[in-house]
Amino acid sequence: MALKTVHAPLPGVFYRRPAPDQPPYKKEGDMIAVGDTIGLIEVMKTFTPVVAEEAGRVIKFVAENEEAIMAGQPLLEIDG
Amino acid sequence: MPIGKLLIANRGEIAVRINRAAKALGIATVQAVSAADRSMLAAKLADEVVEIGPPQASKSYLNRDAIIAAAKQSGADGVHPGYGFLSENADFAEAVESAGLTFVGPRPDTIRRMGDKARARAIAAAAGVPTVPGSEGRVTGIAEARDLARDIGFPLMIKAAAGGGGRGIRVIHSESELEQLIPQASGEALAAFGDGGLYLERFIARARHVEVQVLGDGADAIHLFERECSLQRRRQKVWEEAPAAVLDDATRARLCASAADLARATAYRGAGTLEYLYDETSGEFFFIEMNTRIQVEHPVTEMITGIDLVQEMLRIAAGEPLRLRQSDVRRRGHAIECRICAEDPARGFAPSPGQVTRLSLPEGDGIRFDTMLYEGYVVPPFYDSLLGKLIVWGETRAAARRRLEQALAAMRIDGIHTTIALHKALAVDTEVAALRFHTRWLETWLASNPVAAAAS
Repeated sequence: MALKTVHAPLPGVFYRRPAPDQPPYKKEGDMIAVGDTIGLIEVMKTFTPVVAEEAGRVIKFVAENEEAIMAGQPLLEIDG
Repeated sequence: MPIGKLLIANRGEIAVRINRAAKALGIATVQAVSAADRSMLAAKLADEVVEIGPPQASKSYLNRDAIIAAAKQSGADGVHPGYGFLSENADFAEAVESAGLTFVGPRPDTIRRMGDKARARAIAAAAGVPTVPGSEGRVTGIAEARDLARDIGFPLMIKAAAGGGGRGIRVIHSESELEQLIPQASGEALAAFGDGGLYLERFIARARHVEVQVLGDGADAIHLFERECSLQRRRQKVWEEAPAAVLDDATRARLCASAADLARATAYRGAGTLEYLYDETSGEFFFIEMNTRIQVEHPVTEMITGIDLVQEMLRIAAGEPLRLRQSDVRRRGHAIECRICAEDPARGFAPSPGQVTRLSLPEGDGIRFDTMLYEGYVVPPFYDSLLGKLIVWGETRAAARRRLEQALAAMRIDGIHTTIALHKALAVDTEVAALRFHTRWLETWLASNPVAAAAS
């Protein structure tokens, strides 16, 4: 088991939920499979899903919901 | 009361544009900025800068209280909302006025009434402006539908009352088809939306988007001719022209007069635009909605009339009566505007924020570029992708197109992807040259004319 960091592929605003009134895609402790959607990044009014490239368990989210982020900034840590 | 100091509650190219108009009238400017916009061009040009919140628009440019507090703190006595953001928010306009400041735009009540599409349609109809023929409300039963269809004419659309965004729509070409499909469409609407209610509306297959610019002082109103904005992608305008060359003089006169009538009927104050659908086949036009603000494409109107719309807005907001009579508004030549966006047309128009490493802009007679760019500027990822608008003018449409082609060839924005390549292709397209397009034309064209990656 090794700690891995998922980085933002794009700059913009990071969202952990598909919509404000819906539960987050993933919570701390959840298992993530390759291809799972972890969150969304809004870039110039366009929403792009952040898709898992590695499997593992969510240790913690480093970026908060609706946080303004830079490309390459850490979003979450997984153990996989 | 004249505005002494103006808060610009917007960003990007329109903030630059408003700053220029205010300065020309001797008005001091305060630029509201988010934390991500401290280095934007409008902030460099303004007399003062006030930060109103974090990068996210919901917490800055859409934050009413922060904007009003910024105006108060800086001693501004007027607020210009630009376009988008809070420009058509009646509650914001009301809050600005309640704070004792001048709102550069219509009265809050006008924004509220014209912002409600059904009410705006009723107001237009009452002012004698044609609206898209349709049933006023729900249709019950085949007999009623048949009677209505005779007035509306074919082809028409059956729309599910509970539908939206293009869902639950069927196009009907004859009375027999109508009788056959009404029960079916009602059943489908009930299954899909839990509501079998239907209404009818004229179907315009190749609608063109035309719109009329108006100016009002709260008592009188005039028009400044029309624009055509049919080249759209995902309902976003891409390329706009003035005048709408597809109209003959008689139709143009009726269209523009109808817009001025509607503006007068609402005692309109400020700059506004009435949007219409134009049916090229029948020569009819129908009012669809009114935008109670300055529009992105206002420069094409300025280029053919010589009137500075943003300066006029500021004068009207200060309480001046209209300085122009209808007979003072003359048009000359033809203007075309291309929206240059930070998007990559070779990759599905993917957004392309980042640093502009090199910038070469076209210059010369009849060429204008309204922009927020400067060399070294980092385009933030948080807002709309519009970088600037290239506007060209010529004595004829053909001359304007030639000038556009030259201007686009001289334009270079390095470091990010832009839609310049799309406009280069459109500028030499034979269908565009022949005015053979409508509001869904560009999306079809893009499917068969992929824009190649720009050489860089």
